[in-house]
Amino acid sequence: MKKLLQTNNLSKTYVQTQGFFSRVRTNIHALDSVSFSINQGTTMAVVGESGSGKSTLAKSLVRLVKLDKGSVKFNGIDLLSLEGEKLKSVRKDIQMIFQDPYASLNPRLNILQIMEEPLLIHNYLDIDARRKKIEDFIERVGLSVSDLKKYPHQFSGGQRQRIGIARALILEPKLVICDEPVSALDVSVQAQILKLLKDLQKEFGLTYLFITHDLRIVRHVADDVMVMRHGKLVEEGKTDIIFKNPKNQYTKDLIQSIPGLISKRN
Amino acid sequence: MKKNILKINNLSITTKVNTNLYLVDSISFSVKEGKTTCIVGESGSGKSLTALSIIRLLSPQLKMSGEILFNNEDICKMSELEIRQKRGLDIAMIFQEPMTSLNPVLTIGYQIKEAITVHSDSPNNEINKKVEELLMLVGIPIERVNSYPDELSGGQRQRVMIAMAMSCNPNLLIADEPTTALDVTVQAQILKLLDDLKSKLNMSMLFITHDFGVVEDIADDVIVMFKGKIVERGVVNQVLKKPKHPYTKALLGCVPDALGKKQLTPIDYEKLDRAMQRI
Repeated sequence: MKKLLQTNNLSKTYVQTQGFFSRVRTNIHALDSVSFSINQGTTMAVVGESGSGKSTLAKSLVRLVKLDKGSVKFNGIDLLSLEGEKLKSVRKDIQMIFQDPYASLNPRLNILQIMEEPLLIHNYLDIDARRKKIEDFIERVGLSVSDLKKYPHQFSGGQRQRIGIARALILEPKLVICDEPVSALDVSVQAQILKLLKDLQKEFGLTYLFITHDLRIVRHVADDVMVMRHGKLVEEGKTDIIFKNPKNQYTKDLIQSIPGLISKRN
Repeated sequence: MKKNILKINNLSITTKVNTNLYLVDSISFSVKEGKTTCIVGESGSGKSLTALSIIRLLSPQLKMSGEILFNNEDICKMSELEIRQKRGLDIAMIFQEPMTSLNPVLTIGYQIKEAITVHSDSPNNEINKKVEELLMLVGIPIERVNSYPDELSGGQRQRVMIAMAMSCNPNLLIADEPTTALDVTVQAQILKLLDDLKSKLNMSMLFITHDFGVVEDIADDVIVMFKGKIVERGVVNQVLKKPKHPYTKALLGCVPDALGKKQLTPIDYEKLDRAMQRI
């Protein structure tokens, strides 16, 4: 199977200063030599608690965070050395779906404008083709063409997340980074969105990097899983194998903590 | 047969503007002494409103009717002064977001102390001792007594909230999604802590959540709410393993499980409507 993304020794340290004259400096290793790869058309889940570096990892892959060290190969291209137009053309292929559907849509734009923006940035100039594409995608995520005139506040959380997904997919990316896409949603809506993501993956042959802290969801969506703690990759492998036979103590603890699995008191 | 510590009869909540709009529609249930009752439901099902109405903290724009019997006294009929004496002393509450419920400019020691002094005239040194005991009870090192909320992690903040709730040994603890904002490992710790405290202090708990995994861990009895109504109730194993109502079945179909690869089935609302009409 072809590797779509391959990273090597990703490292990022944030420096925290304390005190008025910044005398105390502490280094926080958000990412500490993280290497992994994702096969095309599969889903890789990243699990870990808050502060484990999952989001820094995601942001570094879309070049929103500048890494200190390491290399990222995406589709055979060295991602970190790209600049200008070349970077822009690769950015089209890596899109992101964010956690909070309330904060990630501009409240002053209607859905048509929100969906049109990525197309404009990437020079889709033909108005009719653009409109057609937007209509296709909005219907594909389960909303209707008449919704395009509406503004984000007129939608529920689940509907907003659908808009976020449509916006990410409209450029037909190869890799989609989902940063806790369902953790702000009700369990019933969560099931809908997970199903939608799965269907879209089949339809478009997408590759997902799926960040979550809910191991039950990992079991459902992921082919492979990597467990992170304090910026380090502590365990990695096939989802089924890791769940059945975790090797690392921290992974064991995480699996033990899944609600509903704790052995019931007397 | 255990005694009911809380008994709710035909509780309805409407807005004052439109008294035909039922946010909670004549629900009745009870919480048994020393037991944990969980209310499960999606957002908007009325579970938090039910909890708030028990300590009479509903927004003034809402109107409630019905009976809320706590130890056979009707909370709805109490004066503002009477209910204030009950809050914290007999009925305590823990909220979802520990950062917004703590005052950021006061130390946690001060805030726990405040919870005690409202209901007690004990001398200062006794109260300080009690604060230390409470911190120990919830597992926060005593050195942290002069820390501010922003110096603590999310789990520790929730522990502080629990210490405040425990300060007067309440008979009933209402916990409104206390672990939703926390990491899984921390969630497991907090659930364990609450369960231990419940048995140690012989407390009853009304626990609100939308997570069936949490229900399985902590509940004795379960109530499932949908659109302001109770659609199913029963002992935890019966509701989770053999649900009767079509909504409970549908909702359980959405819950990912950690053991096997169960297929997730999103709720088909048309089918659900038809199934509910048949009842």
